[in-house]
Amino acid sequence: MTGRDDTPGMIAYTNARLIDPASGLDARGAVLTEGETIVEAQPGLFENGVPQNVKNVDCLGACLAPGLVDIRMHTGEPGEEHKETLATAGRAAVAGGVTTMVCLPNTEPVIDDMSTVEFVARRARKHGLAKVYCYGAITRGLAGKQITEMAMLAEAGAVAFTDGIKALVDAQIMSRALSYASTFDLLIVQHAEEPSLTVDGVMNAGETATRLGLAGIPVEAEVIMVERDIRLADMTGGRIHFAHISTAPAIEVIRQARARGVKVTCDTAPPYFALNELAIGDYRTFAKLAPPLRAESDRQAVVAGLVDGTIDVVASDHLPQDEEAKRLPFSEAAFGGTGLETLLPVTLELVHNGHLDLLTALGLITSKPAKLLGLRAGRLESGAPADLMIFNPDKGWKVTDDKLHSKSKNSPFDGRPVQGQVLRTVIDGRSVFELGDKP
Amino acid sequence: MSDAAASSTYPHRHILGIEGLSPDEITALLDRSESYVEQNRQADKKKSLLRGRTIINLFFENSTRTRTSFELAGKRLGGDVINMSVSTSSIKKGETLIDTAMTLNAMHPDVLCVRHPSSGAAKLLSEKVNCAVINGGDGSHEHPTQALLDALTIRRRRGKLQGLTVAICGDILHSRVARSNIHLLNTMGARVRLIAPATLIPIGVEQLGVEVFHDMTLGLMDCDIVMMLRLQQERMHGSFFPSVREYFAFFGLDYMKLANAKADALIMHPGPMNRGVEIDAEVADDFGRSVIREQVEMGVAVRMGCLEILTENLDRTGARNI
Repeated sequence: MTGRDDTPGMIAYTNARLIDPASGLDARGAVLTEGETIVEAQPGLFENGVPQNVKNVDCLGACLAPGLVDIRMHTGEPGEEHKETLATAGRAAVAGGVTTMVCLPNTEPVIDDMSTVEFVARRARKHGLAKVYCYGAITRGLAGKQITEMAMLAEAGAVAFTDGIKALVDAQIMSRALSYASTFDLLIVQHAEEPSLTVDGVMNAGETATRLGLAGIPVEAEVIMVERDIRLADMTGGRIHFAHISTAPAIEVIRQARARGVKVTCDTAPPYFALNELAIGDYRTFAKLAPPLRAESDRQAVVAGLVDGTIDVVASDHLPQDEEAKRLPFSEAAFGGTGLETLLPVTLELVHNGHLDLLTALGLITSKPAKLLGLRAGRLESGAPADLMIFNPDKGWKVTDDKLHSKSKNSPFDGRPVQGQVLRTVIDGRSVFELGDKP
Repeated sequence: MSDAAASSTYPHRHILGIEGLSPDEITALLDRSESYVEQNRQADKKKSLLRGRTIINLFFENSTRTRTSFELAGKRLGGDVINMSVSTSSIKKGETLIDTAMTLNAMHPDVLCVRHPSSGAAKLLSEKVNCAVINGGDGSHEHPTQALLDALTIRRRRGKLQGLTVAICGDILHSRVARSNIHLLNTMGARVRLIAPATLIPIGVEQLGVEVFHDMTLGLMDCDIVMMLRLQQERMHGSFFPSVREYFAFFGLDYMKLANAKADALIMHPGPMNRGVEIDAEVADDFGRSVIREQVEMGVAVRMGCLEILTENLDRTGARNI
């Protein structure tokens, strides 16, 4: 490597509680980095002081973990820069402890050819904030008709394939995509929602939708698509991953398929284990998400799925929308909520509520997503990139728009008191965020 | 003097929906409304209670009946009434709701009567303006003045609402009238039945405290009131029933089906009617039992009562828009 001028020297992060979900380490110790790489992460390291030539960062007893890996977010760039850019998303990410993120291909232009994959990588590198990877589209223009050059896109850097917030509806195309992707051992990611059952729907179908006079999206829209794609994955031998699973029946179907040995994985997002449809209250458009917030029984099933491991990963589902898109009557408002800066504290609610221990909860947002997509991230081990997050898991704060770095402020958790605060974020050995940095 | 005492029992700034109102609050609105029925039958129908007050009818959906009713109500109380019809197709959706609200708010109206095709629109608007807002129908959510005028019609004919069995028939799924009526009738102690094909019954509606029937003969059995709804084909995307012919055969109100209700059962319809679709023309015009025209008459009285109470509340709370 041709050491850049600003390549950091040796830095010791001492007096820390090291948490490494990949190895199960949870102990007092220190991390030594040199340049962009972790040299050592050990309990007891530097107990007798730090050598003269090593810069010391005293963590004052705070937790030190691998930086978060967020496998599902929208950048807004290219195409919707008024909602978010790679720069503002990068700042929001590092403020939330996210050091690696994977963006969806629902951009304008769609990420369905090599030049767009390279564009995103180049633009993100320029900002030097969170590392950005991207999905490639499964079908050209996300039109659901013709599969993309998956193998070439993968060589260019696409880490997996999805039509993003659009379900791939045609069963024949899905089976071909799974089959073709299996040739190169590529992962297909599906937004599981049968669109013909969701026409006009804006929230979970049920009593609350009936009261509010809003058209409903039934739970069956999700589970029907999950069941179909599991059959197709089984038939073709392809690998299928379901994004943001939100319903009890879908989780049960995935649990059973796994038990039969089908190659199926899934993730969920914080709104689906921390909120239910009642968050919509009197037509709160920040709670209008896709898939919609579901019933309390579904929320509990998502928690149970995280506890028993049926759900592999938690992703932010960050989808920025500007004021104009949300300050509308509910049925006309856009879907989606921001999430990069609430991923850590809302996931930690699972710890504070006694559902998960800290290592398991952090694993859902570090080592497990990295492993799913084969990313070099999410571990504290020698030789790994020095992508670190120093945080206080108990420190309380309230989610308000003036605290958020994202260009758009549409957080479904707006106004919620949360626990868990990022103190410092390090990427490739450089501190890119410290608490107190202004939004 | 009695007026001031009555107004204290409807303390809210707006009338956005029936859900959540108490029996006392509903009774306060009905009592005040009823006081205008006789006045509206006199040669001189005009009062000057709202002199100097501005009422704006802001309609984002086509309407002749409701808009005229609000307009007459405001004028008979001596207020200045402006009608604004905004066609949603001609402008970029939604943006106009808040923009228009802010513009109108700057003109210092006292009451905004709003109708909008999206559920929750009246509530959203009420958060952006300083005046009182009356929901004149928002999407499939609520249409509170319609439920009040239905209740006033029933109360004057039957002397009470408590204990009556009311069948609401037809397109419940898309109906804000049905939702407001379910809340009002339940709150006032009536029993509510819904009769419709399963495709037009919203999910979970039983939890609002109603009995659901798919058979007119069973559902109408011993009913005191038969409330028909208009089939809202403009809100239907896709097929909810195979044909108007089949719909009328099974769910249209004719004398055969009506024979199952009580002999003196009242027939109601919020209008505009589709004769031969949800209701047989002869039944609709049945002089003895159809109170459809009386509903229209009560509509003006109800809107007068609502306008008066809300302006009183504005004066009382000092929350005038200045």
